[in-house]
Amino acid sequence: MDRIPILRMGEFLLVTIQVDMHDQLALTLQDDLTSSIQRTGAKGVLIDISALEMVDSFIGRMIANISSMSRILDARTVVVGMRPAVAITLVELGLSLAGVDTALDVERGMRRLRDSLEDAGVARADHEE
Amino acid sequence: MPITKSDVLPLRTEHDIVQARQHVRKLTQEAGFGLVDQTKMVTAASELARNAVTYGGGGTVRWEVLTEGVRRGVRLHFIDEGPGIADLQQALTDGWTSGTGMGLGLSGAKRLVNEFEIESAPGRGTRVTVTRWK
Amino acid sequence: MSTAAEIVVNTIQNDSRGLLQEWLAELKAQGTGADHRVSESELQEQGAELVRLLAAAIGSGRDVSGESWRPVREFLETISRSRALQGFGANETATLVLSLKRPLFARIRAQANDPATLGDATWTVTEVIDRLALHTVATFQKSREEVIARQQEEMLELSTPVVKLWDGVVALPMIGTLDSARTQVVMESLLQRIVETGSEIAIIDITGVPTVDTLVAQHLLKAVTAIRLMGADCIISGIRPQIAQTIVHLGVELGGVTTKATLADALALAFKRSGLIVTRAKAV
Repeated sequence: MDRIPILRMGEFLLVTIQVDMHDQLALTLQDDLTSSIQRTGAKGVLIDISALEMVDSFIGRMIANISSMSRILDARTVVVGMRPAVAITLVELGLSLAGVDTALDVERGMRRLRDSLEDAGVARADHEE
Repeated sequence: MPITKSDVLPLRTEHDIVQARQHVRKLTQEAGFGLVDQTKMVTAASELARNAVTYGGGGTVRWEVLTEGVRRGVRLHFIDEGPGIADLQQALTDGWTSGTGMGLGLSGAKRLVNEFEIESAPGRGTRVTVTRWK
Repeated sequence: MSTAAEIVVNTIQNDSRGLLQEWLAELKAQGTGADHRVSESELQEQGAELVRLLAAAIGSGRDVSGESWRPVREFLETISRSRALQGFGANETATLVLSLKRPLFARIRAQANDPATLGDATWTVTEVIDRLALHTVATFQKSREEVIARQQEEMLELSTPVVKLWDGVVALPMIGTLDSARTQVVMESLLQRIVETGSEIAIIDITGVPTVDTLVAQHLLKAVTAIRLMGADCIISGIRPQIAQTIVHLGVELGGVTTKATLADALALAFKRSGLIVTRAKAV
């Protein structure tokens, strides 16, 4: 596989990582996502990692980067479905991914994105008044 | 320490990193490691394999399955002939939250395994040996 | 004139019923006869079987570690293990085997015609019985250690159950010291339950944790971080005033972790975060 597909769902982008990524694939995903956000004006990105059996510092940093970059592009990122063994290992590794928003699953992740969109909409409305 | 199985894998490209960690997954599964212990070893292998490929100019990993009585373990030797590490102390004490470059890979990997040994000097390459027991 | 070896074989193979009775009498005299744990008939059965196996094995020589003595060893292991489980002491279990000596010595004395033969025969019997007694005790020890290990595991599981407090809220009441190994096991089961129940809030209650030092605090922080990475929130409750003092004193950074004094407070917060309100029902 040479790229991970990015699905568009309304104002959100959905990425499901199901393969053991080699470094270049991860970097390509990073680039593809940022250009997608820009092109589509997406307001939110949901990254589903429930199929990942391992997240090392490289992938961890990719996730953190995607989160930061999308924020600059006015989109929110939520990472969902991290497995217990992966979470325990990441913490032991020393990565806390502090700035990254997380949710238990896709459903809750979408809810989180929709809520934040509403809040943003309200804030914008307040602003305009 | 009785080695029941052993072989060598190349670490030249990033695809080799993936191969290496998939093989370590298989080894730790066969050795009966719990899921968390498997994941820790696989992640440590990924970090160290990447170091060898990215900073070491390529190298190899020799894997060993160990049996000591009823205890089973997996040992990995990562060897590269790269530039070597100038300040080992510094490389190993990269803190919890700093996450740039090789530092986190080494200090992080150290926390994920039971035994960790490293030999490295400028111009003399790097050799890291990690072991995890069931 | 019989040799020492022949005498030994004779004493065990001849009149096994008589030997059994003498042995049981000896046991009673030693205070390890039948009691509420082992009935008279059970003891008779076990004794008879042991004598039978001994008689079968003694013909092949005095090396109790050999193949022909295996049935005897295995039988002793079975008895030893069951006695360990029944709560017998190591003494009593060893005495079981050792008290065979007196009846056997008596018989040897009756058969031996000279001191040398008497000495050799007695020595052979001593060797055999001692080795068997040692084997019995070793098995006993091992069984006891296995029981202890299993009890430790059960205690560990019992002392850290993950309970569902409400839809979407799980709690982990921690009891006892938090060491590295224990925290691992506990963290795993907590995280697993969070996924299984789809709970977005986990409460770790440390009321039952006697001391919190830097290491324990680190473990707790790791647990909180892992829970957050998975997409849930963690509240730590049960922080006694002394613990709060220790934490501040040690300079531990709890930054960003929500803490509550009691589990009740934590539950109230969990409800609030979940958008739930508790109201009193109107009296009818």
